[in-house]
Amino acid sequence: MPLLTQSQADDEEYVLVASLDNARNLSNILKAITFKDHAIFSATPNGLKVTVEDSKCMQANAFIQAEIFQEFTIKEDLVGFQVNLTVLLDCLNIFGGSTVPGVSTALRMCYKGYGYPLTLFLEEGGVVTVCKINTQEPEEPIDFEFCSSNVTNKVILLSESLKEAFSELDMTSEVLQITMSPNQPYFRLSTFGNSGNAHYDYPKDSDMMELFKCTKTQTNRYKMSLLKPSTKALALSCKVSVRTDSRGFLSLQYLVRNDDGQICFVEYYCCPDEEVEEE
Amino acid sequence: MDCVVTGGNVKVLAKAIHSLSRIGEELYVEPQEDGLALRSVNSSRSAYACFLFAPLFFSRFTTPSGQTFRCKMAIKSVQAVFRSLASLEKTVEKCHIQLDEQKNRLTFTLHCKHGLLKTHNLSFQDSESLQAVFDKDSCANEFRSQPRLLVDTVIHFPQSVDEVTVSVNDERMWFRNHVEDEAEQARAMLTELCLASDEFDHFAVKSHGSITFCLKELRGLLVFAESTGLPITMYFDEPGSPVVLSVTDSVLEGNFVLATLSEDAGHRKNNSRGGRSPQPPPPPDDFMNDDMDSFIIAMDTSMAPGPSTSRPSTSRSDYSTCSKQSTAANHRTRHRSEEEEEEEEDNTDDLDRPPNKKFCSLFFGSVLPPSSQMTTQPVISQEVLASDSEDDPQDE
Repeated sequence: MPLLTQSQADDEEYVLVASLDNARNLSNILKAITFKDHAIFSATPNGLKVTVEDSKCMQANAFIQAEIFQEFTIKEDLVGFQVNLTVLLDCLNIFGGSTVPGVSTALRMCYKGYGYPLTLFLEEGGVVTVCKINTQEPEEPIDFEFCSSNVTNKVILLSESLKEAFSELDMTSEVLQITMSPNQPYFRLSTFGNSGNAHYDYPKDSDMMELFKCTKTQTNRYKMSLLKPSTKALALSCKVSVRTDSRGFLSLQYLVRNDDGQICFVEYYCCPDEEVEEE
Repeated sequence: MDCVVTGGNVKVLAKAIHSLSRIGEELYVEPQEDGLALRSVNSSRSAYACFLFAPLFFSRFTTPSGQTFRCKMAIKSVQAVFRSLASLEKTVEKCHIQLDEQKNRLTFTLHCKHGLLKTHNLSFQDSESLQAVFDKDSCANEFRSQPRLLVDTVIHFPQSVDEVTVSVNDERMWFRNHVEDEAEQARAMLTELCLASDEFDHFAVKSHGSITFCLKELRGLLVFAESTGLPITMYFDEPGSPVVLSVTDSVLEGNFVLATLSEDAGHRKNNSRGGRSPQPPPPPDDFMNDDMDSFIIAMDTSMAPGPSTSRPSTSRSDYSTCSKQSTAANHRTRHRSEEEEEEEEDNTDDLDRPPNKKFCSLFFGSVLPPSSQMTTQPVISQEVLASDSEDDPQDE
């Protein structure tokens, strides 16, 4: 841990210090939510939450628990700031993102508080780079008011089966329709494109279906452009939970294992495009 | 129509569709007594391909009894059903193709592993019959080889090469890229390959000579043949007659028919602008005098039974002849404007455009059928054309 000695004197001033031996444990998960330039960082003693929103109707969150970091020190209950996510990712990959085993970029992320830049110390092979990224006033992330008690339908699928479907989705369709039902077709993804419509049906007894709890038949449509970015999170994940609530709001939760086998979560919330109760 | 394809045949079907997509933008589907025919033709009508899958290719094959059904749809939509070829083998257990006559839809249902069901409901349009005239058996030259031979030959020509010239004598076959202008010949890279007759499984030459045709469309067939390992048989005659490339096995037959450059066009030397003299003179607006225009592609073929092809045309006489006529009109206008375009700028950034318009006119000229059965149709259509002609000079 060569970086610690360098900035130990400054530690008193930082409200947040987070260190990783392998910066990829952060950069990989952030890539899964990079569809807009700006991200809201919220750090609590539990860990780091990074939020990206689109059009006020879609939100993606990445959660990296404090335990994932080699060092995670926070002096306040909540530290929040906004940064350009693309710039941050570029910095995290400043050494070229080599995938040679055994070689990794070490990261020390420090923040002094409101008005100060986010400072990144990155080291690989004895070479140290210091990046300072300007921060902005954090916007308040939208509260989708999605609570477990309101969930009408829930399934947990192995990501492998959904990956193929998502990569084949007809992009000429403006919406992705999700049907969840205790009866046939159980779980269906539908698109309505230029040449016709397509349906992907997952039966409830499929061995790809880890959990199936649907109480009522619901069909909801979501803008394809809002959901397509979730494919990145899907690609990284091994399992995904799909939940809809009584309003038709969609929650997608992805279980992601990082390089060291530790678990992180990525979550997508999306508002329905129009509500279609039953077909 | 209702058919089911299982196991490895799903991938074969998908590959056939992908290779047809290299020819044209639309897929013509026609279930017949002898199987399912999938066809495609390019926009300039200088390349045509047809795959016929025998009933035994399917684990279930039923065609609508009585009425013939044929349709066409955007080939991209069908390709989307079989998008990732690599995973098809591993995940798809069977593919069910059904016709929904009421909703005018063709439904492709893929039953995959883990119970996953993928359903694609594709809309289609009714279409006229699409068949080309060619007779493989009457061709002077016939060659058969493993696909690897042709693949390894073609790979030496860069993607930018449009046309290739194939020359044969009793012992050898040469492949050479075709360069038009003399001026260009000095600058272009010329590639020539020679294959000996013993590299072929069958090498029968009755007439020495050379033919020139478009390479791009050939590549589509090569991809299919290589993946299925089926030998390719090549038939050709004199320049101007189409070259036919076939792959066959017990349950399928694929034919790619490509137009070739005619002899006079090949001898143009000092030709820059306006040197396209071998072109037929701009056709008059009166369609009655134009043989080429009187039939597009709907003609009998040596493969298909005679009566069934003539009946549909007459039953849809008004619609189909009008559409033929307007297609011909478009074809000709584009023909002329493309000529002008080509003279003004360097050609072919658009590979879908016919590489050489000479091909299309010659293709039809060369396949003008001598039989009387054929001529009855054009006569009928000509009568209709005269009265419905869009380019009727009186109207303009």
